[in-house]
Formats: sequence, C-alpha cells, structure tokens
Amino acid sequence: MSIWLDQRSTVIVQGMTGSEGRKHTRRMIAAGTRIVAGVTPGKGGQSVDFDETPVPVYDSVAEAKAATGANTSVVFVPAAYTRAAVIDAVDSALDLTVVITEGVPVKDTAEFVDYARESGHTRLIGPNCPGLISPGKSNVGIIPPTISGPGRIGLVSKSGTLTYQMMFELRDIGFSTAVGIGGDPVNGSTHIDALAAFEADPDTDAIVMIGEIGGDAEERAAAYIADHITKPVVGYVAGFTAPVGKTMGHAGAIVTGSVGTAKAKKAALEAAGVHVGRTPSETASLMREVFASL
Amino acid sequence: MDLFEYQARDLFEAHGVPVLRGITARTPEEARAAAEQLGTPVVVIKAQVKTGGRGKAGGVKLARSPEEAADRARDILGLDINGHRVETVMVTEGADIAEEYYFGLLLDRSTRSYLAMCSKEGGMDIETLAVERPDALARIEVDPLVGLDEAKAAEIVAAAGFPEADRAELIRVLVLLGEVYRENDATLVEVNPLVKTGDGRIIALDGKVTLDNNSVFRHPDWTSYADESLDDPLEIRAREKHLNYVKLDGSVGIIGNGAGLVMSTLDVVAAAGADLPGEPRPANFLDIGGGASAQVMANGLDIILSDPQVKVVFVNVFGGITACSEVAKGIIDALGMLGDRATKPIVVRLDGNAVEIGRHMLAEAAHPLVQVSETMDDAARRAAELAAAAE
Repeated sequence: MSIWLDQRSTVIVQGMTGSEGRKHTRRMIAAGTRIVAGVTPGKGGQSVDFDETPVPVYDSVAEAKAATGANTSVVFVPAAYTRAAVIDAVDSALDLTVVITEGVPVKDTAEFVDYARESGHTRLIGPNCPGLISPGKSNVGIIPPTISGPGRIGLVSKSGTLTYQMMFELRDIGFSTAVGIGGDPVNGSTHIDALAAFEADPDTDAIVMIGEIGGDAEERAAAYIADHITKPVVGYVAGFTAPVGKTMGHAGAIVTGSVGTAKAKKAALEAAGVHVGRTPSETASLMREVFASL
Repeated sequence: MDLFEYQARDLFEAHGVPVLRGITARTPEEARAAAEQLGTPVVVIKAQVKTGGRGKAGGVKLARSPEEAADRARDILGLDINGHRVETVMVTEGADIAEEYYFGLLLDRSTRSYLAMCSKEGGMDIETLAVERPDALARIEVDPLVGLDEAKAAEIVAAAGFPEADRAELIRVLVLLGEVYRENDATLVEVNPLVKTGDGRIIALDGKVTLDNNSVFRHPDWTSYADESLDDPLEIRAREKHLNYVKLDGSVGIIGNGAGLVMSTLDVVAAAGADLPGEPRPANFLDIGGGASAQVMANGLDIILSDPQVKVVFVNVFGGITACSEVAKGIIDALGMLGDRATKPIVVRLDGNAVEIGRHMLAEAAHPLVQVSETMDDAARRAAELAAAAE
C-alpha cells in the first residue's frame, strides 16, 4: 500500500499544454504514472504526443473525467488561473488534486482549500509543492523518481529539496509514499493529514516528518503525534538561523515575533517523543536506528 | 508587504471607512503647511514607520499651532525607532476620543481560514491584551468564501460585548474593513485604536495593513508601495537578477537550490562553526530555485563574492530538476568571468541529477579555489573551517 496515490491512480494534467506541464508530463509518464488526459480550457479536442503516445486534451476536468474515469489531477497552470483550475477539479469530484504551481495568492488558496474541505470529497495537496510519489507505483508532480525505490518509510515535508535529500539519504530502506505538502502559509493537506494516513497504512513502518520555520503546523503535528501516532516518527526542522521577519524563500517560511521559530518546533516535537536530527544526515541516521530496532 | 499608516489610511478612505484627514510631510516646513491646511485647533504629528512602539519612542506628538507642528515634526523626523529611521510624518486632525477599541482581521495559518479579533479595550498592545485579559478579546473565525458580511460583523461586535446602541455603526465599519481586506489581497488589516468620538462617531484612528506579495500581478498600482529603505544593497541587486537572497551577518556565503535545503544549509554551517574560533556563521540565504541554469548560478556567485564579509562560499545543491552539470558549468563560468577578482575558496557539494558529470567537470577544470566535498555535513564543516582560518 501507500497513501493517497498508487498504481490504480489515473491522472489528469491541468495545464498539460504549457511548457512546464508538457515537460513534467513527459517525466511522469516515463516514471510509470498513468496519465490519461490533459485539461486546458479552449484547447479541448487537441492531443499532445509523448514519445508516440497521444494524450487527449479536454476543456474541463469534468469532460476529461467523463471520458477517462480519472480520479486524480495535477495542476501546472499559472498562478493567476490556479483557483479556477482547482475549483474545476473539486466540482468534478476527483479524489486527489495536487497543485504544483508556486506564487498563488493566499486569498485564492484560502478560498479553494475551504471549497475543497466543504466538498468533503477532494483531497488537495499544495500549492507550491513538489507533489507526491509512491515509488514503483505512481509519481504525481516533480519529485525525481530515480532517487529512491519502494520501501516502508513514509515521508512528509514542506520542502521539495529536503524531500529529495532525505529520500537520497534513506534510499537503502525506501519509501511507501513521500509527500511534499508545500511551503505556502496555507496548504491543502497538512503534516497531520499525512501522519494520520501513514498511521493507517499497513505498508508504512515509520515516518519522517520535515518542517521549517513559520506558523505552528509542526507544533500542532507534535500534539497529534503524542495523542494518535503509534509508529515511530523521526523529525527534522529547518531554519534555526533565520532572522525574525524575513521570508526565507518559501512564502510561509517567516518567523513573526516569537511565533514560528525552529527552536519551538523542535522542542514541541521532542516533547511528543519524536527524535529530531540536527542535520538531514543525522535525521537519516536516526531513522536507520529505528529500522534496526523494528 | 507592509504598508505605512498613511497608505493604510488612504486605502481605508477609498473604501469608505471613516478616517481622520491626514497629510504627509517630509520636512518641518511641510508639516507646518499641513497643519495650516487642516486648520483644526489641535493636530497630531505621527512618525511613519513599519514597526510598533512608536508612541513610547516619542514618535507621536500633539501640536496646537502650525509653528508647534513644525517643531514637533523636527523632533520626530530622523528618529530611530527600533532600527527604522523616520523619513515621513503624517499630520492629522485632532480627535475627541471617548473610547478606544481594537479590531483586526488576518489570515490564520492554524485554521487555514481568516480570524477576526475585536475588543472594547483598544489602544494597548494587543499581544499583551491577548495574554493578560484573553476574555476581553473576541476571536471569531471568518469563512474565506463568505468574507466578513453583516451577519459575521454582528456576531463579532456581540462577542466583544459592545452595547446595543453602538453596534449598528460598528457593524457598518467592520464590513467596510472586511472589504479592504478582501479587495486588496490583504493578509492583515488592523485598526488599533478604532475609536468612538465624543459625538458618537466611529473612526479608524490608526491602520496597519499587510498585502500578499503573491498577488502583485493583479494590483499594478502596488508599485507605488515599493519600499527598499530597509533592504540591504545586495538584496536589491539580487532582486534585480530575480534571485531569492537574504543578507545575514556571517562570513560563509551560501548558495543552494530549494528554500528548505538552503535554510538547512545555513543551520548546518552555523552548527559546524559553533565550535570553531570566531564562530563563523552564514553570510546569506540564496536559493537559485529549481531547474537553475549556469547563468543563474553565475549571477548568484557574483552577488555573494561581492559581499566583503564573505570569506568562503559553500555551494550546496541536490539536483532534482536542477542538473548538477549546469551548476558545475555555472561555477566554472562565473570564475572565468570574475578572473582575478575571485579570491575566495568555494566548497561545493553536489548530489542528484547529473552528479557524476558535474563532479567530473569540476575535477577537469581543477580551479585552485574550488574544493569538492562528498556530503553536505563534510562540506559545511570544511567551509566553516576555511572561514575560521581566514578571520
């Protein structure tokens, strides 16, 4: 098993005709992802060839779903059109929509996250995220499929490159699913959502959780771990040296006043029994110890 | 992006929120003219700084004549308030304040929704109020899809305990402030104090507004809010090159890809430096992003090498989409362009996409300043040691 994404997932690429969409569709197909359709409003009826395989383009997610039975979408449309794309996906009752686009206005994100929550049927991941991969099964987004194969670690992270780094460090053990939830102030799925799913997944034995400065998602995750997670969790938090009031690359990575510091997040995780590494490598070593004792 | 109070005042006025007349001044003479133009018996001179605590710092003064207004402006202009130099004051009418309230509407990351906060006890620091008298601060969630409508405003003023007689006008003003928030892509609209005057009017006496940088593309008029007064010159130069750079005060220049990995790199360098003489620390945050080309790498290296505090550079890349061969090419190209001006050692750690080619290119180039380390932790230690040795 895995969480949220497996070999049965059939995937629509929203924004497939754009340069980013085209580039990453090619990569996803090469990784074995079952890409069944693209959606670009106004370009319905066309198709795009990926190494001789034509993928049909539809005007809306509803039409693409009706024609292909897809249950998942991945969004590569520009920030200005992301809100409309996500609402299209939610209205079509997809199970999962993964928003890779960065630079989405937080008002739009707050609205479409609210919309998806109220719908009760579509899980959102992102925006501003690398997506998720269940190695050997499916890959939706931009995580390179060659870093690590399948295994029994679940990974959840706000950061793309720290996801890659950690998968690389632990490639000898492998991953059930690695999910990047994104670095914006508001995310469609949180650390807690991923932790709960990994707890319920029989093929995940231990979880690595990567956080960073800004907000209180890690503190809330720590409280959730203490109350609900029985599997071992290893943590890492980035941003100890970040100055107050400066945005560190991710729109959500900012310490405001005394809120959102790496120190507080690490302390909260440790209080919940999570072993927190000082570097990505040390975190990987902690995970290796966990597996040695299982 | 934070606005100055006078910019918030203008925004409030444009949406019909009741505010006092106010005129900005950058010299005592302009302040005198502003006071004359306002023509009220009392005017208030207020420092325009994007930080709290300006009242305590002497940044808000009353004046009873245009001459006095000029004198007070002279006192305030040039003040340093929490590291913010006062370049502009706003001269406003005096107000007959009967009561002071608090209202704020903000993005609440915890609930992924909006949060309205309101209190009958305004004027004081709201974080203090929230801790010392939490019952006095009403906190009501506002649905992003609905916004702050009349029903929600009524719920807020009732929860804050306002008397029936004051509620209708407060509801009207809160709905308008909700429009300011919604129509301007704000993440914070705060009024402290929101006041009731002796004759029963509700007025936004101060205003703090934060706008969402991601929304710039749909607000072309925001260019007038551009403010680089607090930015380091290197940050301004980096922005012109579309580089994500934050200046820090250490001696190890950092370049990496991806915000998380770069933040982590800063931490690992600081930890490695903590045991060394002079405790070398990171000099900057610089994320060259995903899929960066050799040119982007060269631009980044150029910015960092022009920071006189930098003693050594650490390039830390995990190639996901970014090809390590491009990173290696960028390093070699930049060193070629800089020629004799490049004098600082560069520690490089590459992993991921096209790592073998990248490492091979660096080995072939065999530049005397470039050292390649196999792991991030080793490279961080090496960079910190070189910085400590250069002190």
